[in-house]
Amino acid sequence: MVSIGAAVKEPGSTVKNKTGSWRTFKPILDKEKCIKCENCILFCPEGCINKEYDIDYDFCKGCGICAEECPVKAIKMERE
Amino acid sequence: MVLKVISANEAVAEAVKLAKPNVIPVYPITPQTTISEHLAKFVADGDIDAEYIKVESEHSAISASVGASSAGVRVFTATSSQGLALMHEILFVAAGLRTPIVLADANRALSAPLSIWNDQQDSIAQRDAGWLQVYVENGQEALDSILLGYKVSENSDVLLPSMVCLDGFILTHTVDPVDVPSQGDVDKFLPPYKPVNFLDPENPASIGSFTDPEYYMEARYAMQEAMEKSKKVIAEANKEFAELFGREYGFVEKYKCEDADTILVAMGSICSTIKEVVDDLRETGEKVGLLRVRVFRPFPEEEIYDALKGASKVGVIDKNISFGVGGVLYNNIKAKMCDIDSYGFILGLGGRDITPSTIKEVVEKTKNPTKDVQWIGLKEEEL
Amino acid sequence: MEINEKEFLAPGHRACAGCGATIGVRLALKVLGENTVAVSATGCLEVVTTPYPETAWRIPWLHVAFENAAAAASGVEAAFKTLGKDANVVVFGGDGGTVDIGLQALSGAMERGHNIIYICYDNEAYMNTGIQRSGATPYGASTTTSPAGKQSFGENKPKKNMPMIMAAHGIPYVATASIAYPEDFMKKVKKASEIDGPAYIHLHQPCTTGWGYKPSKTIEMGRLAVETGSWILYEIENGEFRVTYRPIQRKPVKVYLEAQKRFRHLKDEEKERIQSIVDSNCAELKV
Repeated sequence: MVSIGAAVKEPGSTVKNKTGSWRTFKPILDKEKCIKCENCILFCPEGCINKEYDIDYDFCKGCGICAEECPVKAIKMERE
Repeated sequence: MVLKVISANEAVAEAVKLAKPNVIPVYPITPQTTISEHLAKFVADGDIDAEYIKVESEHSAISASVGASSAGVRVFTATSSQGLALMHEILFVAAGLRTPIVLADANRALSAPLSIWNDQQDSIAQRDAGWLQVYVENGQEALDSILLGYKVSENSDVLLPSMVCLDGFILTHTVDPVDVPSQGDVDKFLPPYKPVNFLDPENPASIGSFTDPEYYMEARYAMQEAMEKSKKVIAEANKEFAELFGREYGFVEKYKCEDADTILVAMGSICSTIKEVVDDLRETGEKVGLLRVRVFRPFPEEEIYDALKGASKVGVIDKNISFGVGGVLYNNIKAKMCDIDSYGFILGLGGRDITPSTIKEVVEKTKNPTKDVQWIGLKEEEL
Repeated sequence: MEINEKEFLAPGHRACAGCGATIGVRLALKVLGENTVAVSATGCLEVVTTPYPETAWRIPWLHVAFENAAAAASGVEAAFKTLGKDANVVVFGGDGGTVDIGLQALSGAMERGHNIIYICYDNEAYMNTGIQRSGATPYGASTTTSPAGKQSFGENKPKKNMPMIMAAHGIPYVATASIAYPEDFMKKVKKASEIDGPAYIHLHQPCTTGWGYKPSKTIEMGRLAVETGSWILYEIENGEFRVTYRPIQRKPVKVYLEAQKRFRHLKDEEKERIQSIVDSNCAELKV
């Protein structure tokens, strides 16, 4: 049954939609090279890089902003 | 209870004071303005403990109303004519988001040509927005209908907003004795509002989502169901109101309909004039009656049919025009009750005077119909 | 500054890969935290974040219509005041919903002094409906309603100066920002939240789809706008104007223009004209 006024009472429920399937290039983060500058975390449109610098591939759309903005080139985009 | 000699606009303001809304976003427009003014004064004097938002347009008045209602509080707004038309888009949103706002509309003609005088085109044009609509006959009924509006709209089986329609100038600017109920009695009738959907950081909901074709129709069907269910809620509210305040309202008011051969159907203040004419004609032996439609949405077809089924001819009066098909009340009755021998009459547009002789002309033309829809009171020399 | 680890905009939303708007919202909400109500105008952000029965929002969120987000937020703020609830009320409106169709409602809300933060995420055209020009579209940009052609070099009017229109309301805080300068933006959101009264932040936000560049270049495009002086970062706090970031040496505007498909049609003389518009804007604000 559609909720009253089509209100959504499950916060953050878009996590059911795994946008990782959109991806054609996959970011691979080299933690050895990483200087923990937080650029990739801040600039990710999905918010899918955590503070341990793990990328959640369930949601990563492969936009490549993280790789582009990494000052030490610790992230490489690889074709899926 | 206090008897006050006040205008219907002041009666509305008194009702709002008694209903204790938290937020009142309003924008002045003739002939609603004195509602805005009375409420501003009540707030300024501390008689109403509410946020009065001096919005920059009616569009923002209704938008702020939806925002405040979505935040979980009781809301009141009021407008008229062009203002209601400017609200049009958001009236649909208010109903769709199921916000139980109560709005008073001082019925006034729509431009062009510009007119500040009364007819009911403005609210009739909003009949499909998903709002409950009540057309009142006098100031007392205006006051009572605001209280009833909150009672019905806030019911969890309904959750649709209410529009209380009162004829511009005829009611809004004329005074009548009005029984203003006590706060204690109103508090018994109208407990604090308990919202269903509301914005709360403790329990975050998203209100106003985007639906694709998989869900939209069901959301709209739920509104149709709520509109149907509102009939029972209205009946119960009317009963409770009568017990507490001694004034009983129905969906319709039958005035000498029982044995009538000819029945006129109308809405709003014109009904007071029609009652006088009915009395006059009854004295001459004519079996004439009036059916006043008070609740227009939900449309009380059973009550209307029940009142009209014994009449040989029915004349339906509209202070509005849906160009090409005639008055809207007439067309609703015609569509739902094809076995009733009814005729439509358009009168009183843009404040054109309606006198007892205008009504007598309608009675005559109902008894001797020449066509489906006729305009009454046109000036031949201006045609 | 300490950055909240929590994400208040969940992934799984339907924004384009490389979307700048969702970056802006994420950053703003990291500052504002969970005790915040968001109001959205109709637009990209609203559509991609709330496809019923899902929502990306982890804070309460309201959408009423396109042109009235500021008015709806006024109602929310007023209602919360009567309930004694103390929460941030933040509006996210696109450039169309802010500088064009929503201008009146926004002006009213700012003038009335509601304690709300209005963030205009400006991608310089109606992107949700397929890249039509708005009042925020810059001079020379080709959009589907200001297309470049034999008789046209694209949009023929300069971008509406919305932050200054807001400043003229005399509100306590007005700022410009860019998603490419997150620290600057987040500081401004913080200030906006601490000020009692209305705050307006105009957030420049590149759009991969509408501007025509690779999704990975969203931040670079935002940076180029600022480094060339095409977008100037400043704040006006209680009437005090202050530039918050000055490029050490401004890059030529053509570097920014040539990186985007929407400007690709421009001839040298048109690029020079844009350079002179930018130069005069920079001179006026002393950048």
